Amino acid sequence: MRIIAELFLTFAKIGLFTFGGGYAMIPIIENICIEKKSWITGEDMLAVTAIAESTPGPIAINCATFVGFKKKGIPGAVAATLGVTLPSFVIIFLIANVLDNFLEITIVANAFKGIKCAVGVLILGAALKMTGKIKKKPLQLTILFVATTVLLAAELFSLHFSSVALIVAAALLSLAVSVIGGKPGKAGGEL
Amino acid sequence: MMYLELFAGFLKVGCFSFGGAYAAIPIIRDVVFSYGWLNDEMLSYMIAVSESTPGPLMVNLATYIGSSQGGFPGALLATFAVIFPAFLIMLIVAALMSRVSGNKYAEAAMQGIIPCVTGMIFATGCRMIAGNIFTSSFGINDIRFVIITVLLAVLYFCPAAAVKKRISPVILILISGILGIIMFGI
Repeated sequence: MRIIAELFLTFAKIGLFTFGGGYAMIPIIENICIEKKSWITGEDMLAVTAIAESTPGPIAINCATFVGFKKKGIPGAVAATLGVTLPSFVIIFLIANVLDNFLEITIVANAFKGIKCAVGVLILGAALKMTGKIKKKPLQLTILFVATTVLLAAELFSLHFSSVALIVAAALLSLAVSVIGGKPGKAGGEL
Repeated sequence: MMYLELFAGFLKVGCFSFGGAYAAIPIIRDVVFSYGWLNDEMLSYMIAVSESTPGPLMVNLATYIGSSQGGFPGALLATFAVIFPAFLIMLIVAALMSRVSGNKYAEAAMQGIIPCVTGMIFATGCRMIAGNIFTSSFGINDIRFVIITVLLAVLYFCPAAAVKKRISPVILILISGILGIIMFGI
């Protein structure tokens, strides 16, 4: 029981003090779970980060679930995941209830006009960062180009286009190319 | 019915957001607009609020939208839906450990998913910036939006090109808020 409480509190602390989402959490999780508490090994952490990148959902949740499970099975996983989620849930829930009134204050509304511009820049920055990680092979570059164009065209002509369908299509295409090319895992290498 | 929509919508986000917080934004936009939960303006405000408060962006957005649509139960349901797929998948992976991570077919599929998601994020960024700068009839909206966007882009991207280090998103949001107050208030 003590370890469950400790998992919950530790991950609540991690959730409360990390700004900037999942990637910002990784060094802190490493520091606490590997160095201070020895809950997992450095190798475990590398594996989790790799798995987190190829599974959907928030990276922080992946990490918390993994560490919790390693330490205390399913109850541990539940405790750590709840812990890492709770602080942001409480904070955002409180903000949600005052935000509309808050936006009616002129100075706040003006600030948010500027902030709106920052969000666009941040999203573009995230895309550029991810482009750096893509393999520069014909298949990958084609998918990148087609996905961008299709979504922009859909917006321009006010068509509805499901992004989920796009993701599934890209996954199937890459899979098909790798199977036909006979080199699974090296998709696009033979194009 | 509304609770069911919140649950289904955020389950979809939780299942298909590969590649971190910003990868989830195009899908969240999709879901949010198709149910008519928020407009573009409120969504970008909420992204900024989520960046400036602790915790994962997806969880923050789910909590906010859930709460704005269905109060406390809505917030709870949306947040649960967005984290559940990651929780379940990780549980399975942790139990089997490493047999999945080296899987060739999973690897091949990811080789297609990552560039696709990157393209989606690109398109979303362009749409949001264009939405601030242009009116719906392709005229310039307000020159002040253009000036702020250019200033922020220079601030954010130039240090990255020069010293390979970016200023943090929270700092950029703070600066943008100050710029907004100065340019639209005076």
